[in-house]
Formats: sequence, structure tokens, C-alpha cells
Amino acid sequence: MSSVQLFAPGHTACAGCGMPIAIKLILEGSGKDTIVVSPTGCLEVTTTRYPQSAWGVPWIHSLFENAAAVASGVERTLKVLKRDANVIVIGGDGATVDIGIGALSGMFERGHNVTYICYDNEAYMNTGVQRSSSTPYGASTTTSPAGKLSFGEDRPKKDLPAIAAAHGVPYVATASIGYPKDVINKVKKAKEIVGPKYIHVLAPCPTGWRFDGEKTIKMAKLAVETGLFPVYEMEDGVITKVKKIKDRKPVDEYLKLQGRYKHLFKDDFKDQVKKIQEIADKNAEKFGLDR
Amino acid sequence: MSQSKKDETIKLIPGGITGPKTTIVNKTGSWRTFIPIFNKEKCNKCGICGIFCPEDCITEDEEGHRHPDYDFCKGCGICAEECPKDAIEMILDSKEG
Ligand SMILES: Cc1ncc(C[n+]2csc(CCOP(=O)(O)OP(=O)(O)O)c2C)c(N)n1
Ligand code: SF4
Ligand SMILES: [Mg+2]
Repeated sequence: MSSVQLFAPGHTACAGCGMPIAIKLILEGSGKDTIVVSPTGCLEVTTTRYPQSAWGVPWIHSLFENAAAVASGVERTLKVLKRDANVIVIGGDGATVDIGIGALSGMFERGHNVTYICYDNEAYMNTGVQRSSSTPYGASTTTSPAGKLSFGEDRPKKDLPAIAAAHGVPYVATASIGYPKDVINKVKKAKEIVGPKYIHVLAPCPTGWRFDGEKTIKMAKLAVETGLFPVYEMEDGVITKVKKIKDRKPVDEYLKLQGRYKHLFKDDFKDQVKKIQEIADKNAEKFGLDR
Repeated sequence: MSQSKKDETIKLIPGGITGPKTTIVNKTGSWRTFIPIFNKEKCNKCGICGIFCPEDCITEDEEGHRHPDYDFCKGCGICAEECPKDAIEMILDSKEG
């Protein structure tokens, strides 16, 4: 617990959920003069069960699809009122990468001084683990179920950080809750940069990924240590910092711990593990991950 | 439009407004199956347990030792898993009543 606690217990996220850990770290970085906008999702449902709120900073709920538009309005209103606050969005992957991408693109393009942070648990968890375009290749979800003929999700993760960077925004970063100081520092850095910022934070979900809650941080680290979730920073469209990996781990060390990938270890789908290894190898090459 | 000009102020009727940090009425400790027991002798006071606690319910005393608030601890076990000194043990919880 930090000295000024901006996020209270008593929220109803599942035991071991990575999302409240992400919130804590984000608020530590953004500080008390922050206004948070959040779309619908596990974060909203578990931290603001009416008539209670876990938030120690002003927090406003948008619709599922328009958090970036609401944050744009908050930022402009502050400007008119000549008041200052750090406006951030914290939204799930479904809200960000799928349904809210239009509003987000508008926020980037209009140049609002807002930090948009996506907590990525790689599916629509709050409604029962449906795939999103951030669900990784090979994962079984209720709408990409593994079965006799299906190895689960058959499309790769959408690369939203690259899409953000293509808008010419000054700061884009990825982070994982397995590395708390890195999350805090990236949020702090974003706060100092004027204009739209995008941070994509991996926050494992024990319920949807099907692993025991005590392994959440292990999972958040393994995703990075295998090269499946590269951690880096981009300034003005150029990669300026990459988290290097010493002795990159084979992907099956990560996959075999999660129920959503269990089917990949049956004989029928063995080749898919190789394909996932290829995704990690490509990431390593693209970002220069190997030390 | 009505001719009356008596009230041109736009009045917003907000939806639900709730007080800050009011979730503390939810004693989520009742969810717990396993309870973390902290061993002072083994603890090196690094505070990693508190950094990762999803409930943010681990506090530090004057000597630097950590204490989970069992009113809120859901027993997820992240603290025990991440403690570099193996100073936290998860045991089956028992409840009265
Ligand atoms: C327009 C609209 N469509 C569907 C829903 C139902 N809905 C609520 S939360 C949610 C999934 C949220 O997924 P994500 O953004 O990834 O957040 P998570 O729950 O995984 O944290 C959906 C589909 C909604 N609230 N509004
Ligand atoms: S379903 Fe997943 S993301 Fe949602 S509260 Fe539970 S663990 Fe967290
Ligand atoms: Mg999600």
C-alpha cells in the first residue's frame, strides 16, 4: 500500500485478478490530480457496484464504446474552465481494441491531452470470456472454443500499439503488471507529455485464462519472458526502448499453465504450439528482444 | 420552443454518484478459502507482497513488517507465491459461526 491510497479494497474483482493490480500501479503513476474515465467491463462492474465506489479519484463511467470521446470532452471542459488535471482512460481490451477503436482514433487524431490505458486480459471477461481481437492465437474462449476441429482462436492479436503510433501520437508504450515499476514509470512519463498517449498493459485474468489466482504475476512475467508480449516504448513513432530478455523461454512453459491452451497439448494440435513459437520468434526479431 | 426565458441554464441530471472509497463496507475476506500467515522471522521487509496485492490491503508497521487486512484479503495467494523469502504460508482458513 502506498502512502496515499487512491484505490480502496472491498471491490469485487475475482481473487487474484490482475486488473486491480494494474489500477493500483496506474494511480501510483498518475497521482491524486487525476480524472479517470472507464468504459464497461470487469473494471467498472467490480469497482463501482452502486452505491459504492473503490475510487479515491474522480471516476466517470462512459458507454462500452465511447470512453475516448468522453475523455476528450472532459479534457476540453477543463481547458474551458482553465483547470488542470491528468485525464486518463482505463479500459479493457474489448472496449479499446474492438468497439471503442473509432472513438479512440478520433481522440488521437484531434490531439487531446489524454492518456489512454488499455488493461489487456485478452477477451471479453465480464460477459463470460468471449474472444476479442486482442485474444491471442490458439486460445480457447466461449466464442472461439477448442474442439475436435478447432484449435481455438485462429487470428493473431491485433497490434493496437502500432495502430496508435500510426496516428502520429507522441507516446506509445506496452507494459506488464509483472514489472510494477515499469508500469508506474510509463504512466508518469505519459503524464509529462502533452498530447494523446497510449499505454497497453497486460493484466492476466485467472478466470478466463484458467489458472490458479496465485499465479497471476508469474503469468504476467512469462508472457514477456517468452517473447509473446513484447514490452517497449515508442516516441514519435520510433521505438526508443525495449525490455530485453535473457534466455528467452520456450512458449510452452507459458501455454501449458493455462486452461485456455490445454487443447494444444493433444496430438491433433501439436503443430499449433510451433506456430505460437514462431509468433514469439518473430516478435524477438522485430523488437530485438534477445539479450 | 417556449417563449419563457426564465431559465436558460442547462441542468444536467447526473446518473449515480457515489462517495470515494466506499467499497470498504464490502468485507471480501468472507470469500477466503486459504489464509496467508506471515512469518516475521523469515520476512526481509522488501514489501513485494504489498506491491502485488490486488486488494491493496497489506500495511506496514513501524518495524517494516507487513500485515494483511483479513477483512478484505480474498486469499488469492499472490503474496505467498511472490514472496522471495517464503515468509508467507497459505493454510486452510476456518470461520466461526
Ligand atoms: C454496446 C454494448 N455492447 C455490449 C455490452 C456488454 N458488455 C459489457 S462488458 C463487455 C465485455 C468487456 O470486455 P473488455 O473490454 O475486454 O473488459 P473485461 O471485462 O475483459 O475487463 C460487454 C460485451 C455493453 N455493455 N455495451
Ligand atoms: S473475470 Fe477475470 S478480469 Fe474479470 S474480475 Fe475476474 S479475474 Fe478479473
Ligand atoms: Mg478484456
